[in-house]
Amino acid sequence: MRHFLDFEKPVAELEAKIEELRRMTDPGELNIAQEVSQLSDKAERQLRNLYGKLTPWQKTQVARHPERPKAKDMIAGLITEFTPLAGDRAFAEDAAIIAGPGRFQGEPVMVIAIEKGSDLDSRLKHNFGSPRPEGYRKARRMIELAGRFGLPILSFVDTSGAYPGIDAEARGQAEAIARGIDACLAAPVPFIATIIGEGGSGGAIAIAAADVVLMYEHAIYSVISPEGCAAILWEDRAMAPQAAEAMKVTAQDLKRLGIIDRIVPEPLGGAHRAPDAAVAQLGEAIATALAPLKTMAPEALRAKRREKFLAMGQSAVV
Amino acid sequence: MNWLTEFVRPRVRTLLGRKEAPDNLWHQCPQCQQMIFHRELEAARKVCPHCGHHMRATAQERLTWTFDDASFTRIDLPKVPADPLKFQDKKRYSDRLSDSRKKTGMDDAVLVAHGSVGGHKAVVMAMDFRFMGGSMGAAMGEALVSAARLAVLQRAALIVYTASGGARMQEGAISLMQMPRTTIAVQMVREAGLPYIVILTDPTAGGVTASFAMLGDIQIAEPNALIGFAGARVIEETIREKLPEGFQRAEYLLEHGMIDMVTPRGDLTATLGRLLGLLHVPAAEPLAA
Ligand SMILES: [Zn+2]
Repeated sequence: MRHFLDFEKPVAELEAKIEELRRMTDPGELNIAQEVSQLSDKAERQLRNLYGKLTPWQKTQVARHPERPKAKDMIAGLITEFTPLAGDRAFAEDAAIIAGPGRFQGEPVMVIAIEKGSDLDSRLKHNFGSPRPEGYRKARRMIELAGRFGLPILSFVDTSGAYPGIDAEARGQAEAIARGIDACLAAPVPFIATIIGEGGSGGAIAIAAADVVLMYEHAIYSVISPEGCAAILWEDRAMAPQAAEAMKVTAQDLKRLGIIDRIVPEPLGGAHRAPDAAVAQLGEAIATALAPLKTMAPEALRAKRREKFLAMGQSAVV
Repeated sequence: MNWLTEFVRPRVRTLLGRKEAPDNLWHQCPQCQQMIFHRELEAARKVCPHCGHHMRATAQERLTWTFDDASFTRIDLPKVPADPLKFQDKKRYSDRLSDSRKKTGMDDAVLVAHGSVGGHKAVVMAMDFRFMGGSMGAAMGEALVSAARLAVLQRAALIVYTASGGARMQEGAISLMQMPRTTIAVQMVREAGLPYIVILTDPTAGGVTASFAMLGDIQIAEPNALIGFAGARVIEETIREKLPEGFQRAEYLLEHGMIDMVTPRGDLTATLGRLLGLLHVPAAEPLAA
């Protein structure tokens, strides 16, 4: 059973009807086949219509869709010989971040990914994609490894935020994130970050201060969750849709603001409807972004990356 | 034309005299509720003489207390676009900005100055919690980048007093991008071989803690300052547990190895001067008469 979002109700009803017709009757019957085809056309039109003008809050729902492809799907679809490495060498292994070397289109790369999990067991295992300091320290270790061995870095970001817990604070969540950003900016190798679902605040930027930041068409990226922003500024979590609107969390707005570099198109109706196609699209976008960086000297890469981030917020764009 | 003349118009602000407050002014300590005579509180740098509670200080006070003879040169900070997202919650961001400007007389939540600290060259950035909770937007990023460039140019140490609730939500992802931006500022100072010292004051949280505030070569905190990444309420909602006594306080961070020392405000200037000397920071030029 497909999981439908509230605003997808009309499409859900049409698709249920199509399914019913297909099951109930002899599919060879001409007028039934015709009706199915008409309904299918209608469903597609509706989907196109809906997804062509999603509100920031609707995009938030799509970005959090339980069936949306996760970091693991990106790795499975894009990376061969992936060899996950574990641990921060100080305290623990954090499964919220999956990282290690592998090959992208035949060439060795370093992968750093935040995994949310896709069912109850894996969600628990990956702590719902909320890393602890150990996760960020492992990521930093991988960035440094990549630098030493000349591996381009591909990061995949999908998190509602770094884990807010007593243990995480006690072990220096803030410092771990700060050092993560520091390491990203110092990396002497090409670095492509992709916001695949949710780019939640400091927990995201810790592995996303990259040469090129890609973002899926319906992903969101923000300084605080819409609910969190609504709770603080409106003193009412129910104002999350307004907060999502006001904070400019969509790929389209962030591209305009110069915060991200490129938008990766999703299949009609969102990445969750055709995960393989979505992953393939991202593969193409990464290859395109990576090609010109491969020939750049480490110093030039770093200088250009710095220049890009130093300019952010300096001039009015909106 | 160097960067200094291009971007930083020095504005000499030597503050030797202080405006007099009426003699009969009293303050109440928020910690022990005791009454403190105004002049006594000023002399003690806003530390309660009864219980030792460190009250919050303004950016201007930080600069005055830090520089030798309370003498420093403030720099004008480059302007940033105001309200880039045209943000409005219950109130317009532009109105919040103008309210804070009226209240504090500052452009944003930060001041930058240079001068002599314990006889050594130093650039000091001080954040001010009164201005929208010391939140970090593009102006904060601009301030730290300017301070770092000035420190590199002058071969001075960079000293930062933090006081912030975190990112400025009204600037959306632009405020988030100040985390890498301020980190670059820290890298510039580090690459120049100059020390970067952070003094964490109450409170320091969120994206500020998770970027430049935790990247100091030396990390000092004021007693009992609240320092953390996530807010107490968010943590309690997530784990559904009461937080331990003293959680996220300066002493807690010291115990967990996150900072180098907890230093009472009265000892801070001497500590800074000593550290700058030990770390080979060049001597400051004698003050012009
Ligand atoms: Zn007191």
